[in-house]
Amino acid sequence: MEHLSPEDRERLALTGLEVGMQNRCGSFFQIDQKVVQTTCGAEGIEMLPIKTALEKYNWMEDYYWNAVPRDKDKYTKYVAKQKDPQGLVVIAHPGAKVAMPLQACLFLREEPVQHVHNIFIAREESEIHIISGCASSWLKERGAHIGVTEIYVGKGAKVTSTMIHNWNPGINVFPRSATIVEEDGIFLSNYICMQPVNQVNMYPTARLLGKNAVARFSSIVVATPGSLLDLGSRTILAAEHTSTELITRAITTGGTVISRGHILGERENTRGHIECRGLILKDGTIHAIPEIEGTVTGTELSHEAAVGKIARHEIEYLMARGLSEDEATATIIRGFLDVKISGLPAVLQEQIDAAIDKAESGF
Amino acid sequence: MLDISDLHVSVDSTEVLHDINLRIGQGETHVLMGPNGSGKSTLLKAIMGFGGYKITAGSIVFKGKDITHLPIHERANLGIGMMFQHPPAISGLKLGKLLVATSRMSEDTIKALAQSVNMEQFLDRDINVGFSGGEIKRSEVLQLKVQQPDFVMLDEPESGVDLENMNLIGKEIAKLLEKDVHIINRRKSGLIITHTGYILDYLEADQGHVMIDGQIRCHGNPREILRVVKEKGYGECLRCKQI
Repeated sequence: MEHLSPEDRERLALTGLEVGMQNRCGSFFQIDQKVVQTTCGAEGIEMLPIKTALEKYNWMEDYYWNAVPRDKDKYTKYVAKQKDPQGLVVIAHPGAKVAMPLQACLFLREEPVQHVHNIFIAREESEIHIISGCASSWLKERGAHIGVTEIYVGKGAKVTSTMIHNWNPGINVFPRSATIVEEDGIFLSNYICMQPVNQVNMYPTARLLGKNAVARFSSIVVATPGSLLDLGSRTILAAEHTSTELITRAITTGGTVISRGHILGERENTRGHIECRGLILKDGTIHAIPEIEGTVTGTELSHEAAVGKIARHEIEYLMARGLSEDEATATIIRGFLDVKISGLPAVLQEQIDAAIDKAESGF
Repeated sequence: MLDISDLHVSVDSTEVLHDINLRIGQGETHVLMGPNGSGKSTLLKAIMGFGGYKITAGSIVFKGKDITHLPIHERANLGIGMMFQHPPAISGLKLGKLLVATSRMSEDTIKALAQSVNMEQFLDRDINVGFSGGEIKRSEVLQLKVQQPDFVMLDEPESGVDLENMNLIGKEIAKLLEKDVHIINRRKSGLIITHTGYILDYLEADQGHVMIDGQIRCHGNPREILRVVKEKGYGECLRCKQI
């Protein structure tokens, strides 16, 4: 960290990176293609660079390019053909539980393209929280980040994955991730992007393969002028009594948000809901494309989407209590973005709140 | 306290209030009655300063200051408060957070005030989202208790409220208007829109006004006006030429 400029440290702090490791039980730090730190003090949890993990455990092959197909698209093919793969593997051994998050920091500083392949494995009855902060140096004008992430949630395990992005206006970002959730497993995915970027394009998928599995995706995004956020999330309810929620809060201050969502209910006694709310603060685009697809009688799927501006009567209601127009507007935006995510540790919630506070000052 | 002179108000370029004159002194409570659509709520909203209610002539003076063209929050900060009949539900905005944002009170003080109107369990709820009729009114009363306005406007405080809630809300409104303070020392004033007059079971009003077709047609003893309206309807007021 000593090698980083104060500006870059500030940027990384905003993605949730705790340099002093307070409130963190493990840390992985990759600058461009170089892993500069891997440390983990939690019992039953391993954090390893992907090459080390593949050498150490034969069975890693079962998880390597399993949830995400190598040939899914040109970005996965690009990562798959790398002779020197980089990225993080987290293994939570059976029953290992940590309340504190593990942090993974991916920093794009000099190279034109950063590629990453992460694999998170939570074995039976384990529980992990991973906060992934992805950022580019404040001096970095152009570049791309391609990140493949495969997540495996075992029987009765719980994985919370929170990704906070803090890029620059010339950066293109292509995360490609997929999750497999087994019986009684819980997968919570949170995504925050409130700073300028050229393009983020992603459509993570969760396959719920075991009974009672749950997946919940929450996204809080702000598209500034020139940003294209083409985002989606998909859940396949492939076992009985599985359920999912896909929740998005999108704001445009001039950029474009495409909020896709797809739930496929293909087993009895399954439930799914998509909720997308968009606020257009300045002329820009919010395009919600919720899709729900049921193929059996016992699946219940629903969606609601709303896009608009802040209602004038809401602002006036708060003004009648003494807030100025700007204060009333900020208060309403703050509330709009306040998606309390159940089951999230307080430190992660604080991180999300801090990202919102930081962005709010720019409205 | 409040002095409205020759006020004309238009909504969507149509004049809906014509030549309103109303004077409410310090410590006085006035009641405004009239049929649906006569312009009662419009008058309250014009006094509060809401957009869409354009004052085309006349003036509103509050505590000696001309507020005719002041923005809403400046009127609120001067001491005007309003209980909304249909307040908006704002998802994500917690009632407790709003109360902290609009006051200098400590969270403990706010909690105690919330307890006094059985709203402590609502402080962590999104404001007015899924609230019942009684809960909306209690939330409005709580916001006013925090705001402590000198002049309170109440738009149909009885509507949608069951008897048990009415008892609580009636007593709390009486306190907001300092009805427990001797008339000599009473500082708070109020203007209450009522259809049923139930609110008068909890507090005395000094004056009543009847609004018909955007004009205040008569002034008088509020109970007497209420009795006449109950017996003969507003037809009597329509025929009445006293303006």
